[in-house]
Amino acid sequence: MTTTKYDPRVLKAPHPVPGAPDNWKRFFTFNTDAKVIGIQYMGLSLFFLLVGGLLAMVMRGELITPPSDLVDPTVYNGLYTMHGTVMLFLFLFPILNGFNNLLIPTMIGAPDMAFPKVNAAAFWLVPVFSVVLLSSFFVPGGPASAGWWSYPPVSIQNPLGHFLNGEFLWILAVALSGISSILGALNFVTTIIRMRAPGMGFFRMPVFVWTAWAAQTLQLVGLPALTGGAIMLLFDLSFGTSFFRPEGGGDPVLYQHFFWFYSHPAVYVMVLPVFGIFSELITVYSRKPLFGYKFVAIASFIITFLGLIVWVHHMFYSGTPQWMRNIFIVTTMLIAVPTGVKVFAWLGTLWGGKIRLTTPMLFVLGGVVNFILGGVTGIMLGTAPIDIHVGNTYFVVAHFHYIIFNTIGFGIFAGIYHWFPKFTGRMYYEGLGKIHFVLTFIGATLNWLPMHWAGLYGMPRRVASYDPEFAIWNVIASIGAFMLGVASIPFILNIVSSWARGAKASANPWNAIGLEWLLPSPPPAENFEDDVPTVISEPYGYGLGKPLVKDEEYYIRRSMEA
Amino acid sequence: MTSTTPKGKSGWPIRLIAVILLATASDALLSYQVSQWAYGWLPVPASTAAPYVDDLFSLEVGIGAFIFFGCTGFILWSVLFNRAEKYDESDGLPIEGNNKLEVTWTVIPFIIVMILAYQAIHVSETLSALGPKVKYDVEGGLSPDTAIVTGVRDDIGPIDVIARQWSWEFIYPNGVHSSELHLPLDQRANFRMSSEDVIHGFFVPAFRLKQDIVPGSVISYSITPTREGRYRLRDSQFSGAYFSQNQTDVVVESEDMFNAWLKQSAANPLVPGLSPGTALYNERLAKGNKGWATVPPAPPPMVNDPGNPDAPHDA
Ligand code: HEM
Ligand SMILES: [Cu+2]
Repeated sequence: MTTTKYDPRVLKAPHPVPGAPDNWKRFFTFNTDAKVIGIQYMGLSLFFLLVGGLLAMVMRGELITPPSDLVDPTVYNGLYTMHGTVMLFLFLFPILNGFNNLLIPTMIGAPDMAFPKVNAAAFWLVPVFSVVLLSSFFVPGGPASAGWWSYPPVSIQNPLGHFLNGEFLWILAVALSGISSILGALNFVTTIIRMRAPGMGFFRMPVFVWTAWAAQTLQLVGLPALTGGAIMLLFDLSFGTSFFRPEGGGDPVLYQHFFWFYSHPAVYVMVLPVFGIFSELITVYSRKPLFGYKFVAIASFIITFLGLIVWVHHMFYSGTPQWMRNIFIVTTMLIAVPTGVKVFAWLGTLWGGKIRLTTPMLFVLGGVVNFILGGVTGIMLGTAPIDIHVGNTYFVVAHFHYIIFNTIGFGIFAGIYHWFPKFTGRMYYEGLGKIHFVLTFIGATLNWLPMHWAGLYGMPRRVASYDPEFAIWNVIASIGAFMLGVASIPFILNIVSSWARGAKASANPWNAIGLEWLLPSPPPAENFEDDVPTVISEPYGYGLGKPLVKDEEYYIRRSMEA
Repeated sequence: MTSTTPKGKSGWPIRLIAVILLATASDALLSYQVSQWAYGWLPVPASTAAPYVDDLFSLEVGIGAFIFFGCTGFILWSVLFNRAEKYDESDGLPIEGNNKLEVTWTVIPFIIVMILAYQAIHVSETLSALGPKVKYDVEGGLSPDTAIVTGVRDDIGPIDVIARQWSWEFIYPNGVHSSELHLPLDQRANFRMSSEDVIHGFFVPAFRLKQDIVPGSVISYSITPTREGRYRLRDSQFSGAYFSQNQTDVVVESEDMFNAWLKQSAANPLVPGLSPGTALYNERLAKGNKGWATVPPAPPPMVNDPGNPDAPHDA
């Protein structure tokens, strides 16, 4: 950012925080620029991906042999609880908010988020609750060890009786995470509704913006239930109330309703933006318009709606009456329809395209293939008789990792590579990227595919030891897991060295269509500032020869000269 | 924009149709084969419920495989044949959509999943007729005994199933206490399940049966075993420190053997039952109670038959 050839109007844009440093130090300040916040989210969450990954390595080390011999079973329980929590609340949610911060304003031509200070506050809550959560490793009694779903009565047992215990810190962290997410959601939804560039009607928004909007709406509806449940759990744990405590007449299953009413939709909060990333990238790297754009956009909100009425499929064997099971079988099955629409639209976009297998595209295609498998097993789990056999076994672990890592994780990597040049101003190394992809794909397959069979055969999840007949599947899984650990090396190497000394990126290295590609790389503070282009056509006009914005030539020239 | 340009409106794209038909046929064949393999991915079926579950599973694997192979095949095909040449920066065919196609691929999956939902509900109701399940609130004043006796058929029970951190105890109507669950072949067994501390899951993979046991409620549940053998019963709902140790066996035997066992056991003195967590906990105490905090295991139940956890099991 040394050459100063921006358009003078852009240069004049007041820096959001007067006097804030303009070098790497700005990432360690209470900066209100969405692009800085986006990178803050990204960096922090990638760090926690490593933390969560290390915990997983220890778990897979324990599980490589049947007996519980590497760590004490109590330690294993703490490890897997923290692994799940770190991955969800400190990796996935934050990194997706990183994408939201980087992409929503730039894609809709807004200078920043609607509420920049709230935005910064939402981010800084993340390091705060990460400290709360991780400090639980040092309290007597150790961290929470009742799993990321924290079902009572196990979660309220508190064997040492201390007030300050791992579970207490866990609930506190989850509540803080909820506050941060609600602040974020309000901001994203407001920004999308109120701050679009002139001419950008809802049906001219990129699909990523649609999916982020649908996902953040879910946060607003679902999170209050989780937060309510968590507060009641905290009271049961620390103040002896009996909302969920059976000895006092409470109902432990009630907690499960609170929990899943949010936590089922939460999976869509995570996967919807990734559907958005898939849609953005498949068009660029096939050089075709998104097939059935409007269907894909609307399907996001249908998923949001249906996502809210399926939660009981997590409780088929919790004593749920038959009539209730039947209703939730049907609603769960329905989810497959709008998700299917999306998958078919991606396939339709590939058809007859000019496909380029760059690293981001490889991650997208790998992610889509894995999503189809994860979706198929999801449908199986939705049919109660099958769920009654495989629920709470490794089959479920296989299903949700196929979605949560092999789909969502892949989408995140794809997005990072794709937009890396835009936001850092540097190109990544394609060779390292491809090594990262190959190792990740093989490692992930070895890790999670065999778990399907272990589960079908009856291996319960959350166990520190198991019967010897499950050994073969677990050995393969552990090898896959270690391979995933190795796969992170080329990734880290790539990011660090490319950012430091990669080739300078042009404004639009992929020759992509979208407002963000009409900005210089990296974009200046406040994006287009008050020189916002007027959008005149739908997104993804590949091969159509229609400009996206009025005076497109001017914006292209300006972005290239910067 | 050359090779992929569709032929003019005249005539049918015969080659395309042939390719699609061929691809669909081989997909169907392969998927059928996988659906047959699927039976082998499950433990031996050992209850009246198992065949229904297995058939439904096979059906779902078949449909799932068809979709998976179809879609991934399509992706592979595109990647192989629709690649851009090295320096080709041009665009693909700008097809933006096709309403007929969109509606078709909304309607077809809708029909498929509704068929699945119908079949799943059907199987689900069959299962609950085979093994009715009723949950009684202990506080609610309803007696768990009333409903159990309304079930007809030659059956045994109610057998009390008591789950604890971390052991299983079974109490038979004649007063026998056991750490292993013995059941006579081909008779409906009725259970009265309860937990003394946290939620446990009663899970016998060979029976395709899983039921959470929620403290504060009593659950009546029935199952009819159909194959002699020794099967694992596992705790499936995370129950704390020694959760993974919380397993025992179900022994299905002929009526004569069962009755002999019941009689023999009634004569046996009470001894501490199977409780692998207790042994591990004592080891831990001997090492200075290291590791993160845990509630101590409940004392092993006093039983007439402590069982034989090391005997080889069928599934
Ligand atoms: C789209 C993205 C999806 C994500 C991110 C996802 C994620 C998850 C996660 C994390 C769990 C495990 C929860 C736990 O017990 O800890 C789970 C379980 C489950 N999923 Fe999915 N899933 C997805 C798609 C689907 C689909 C499409 C279906 C059905 C049509 C489905 C049906 C189920 C069911 C029924 C369970 C409960 C299984 C059990 O606990 O017995 N999922 N999923
Ligand atoms: Cu769910």
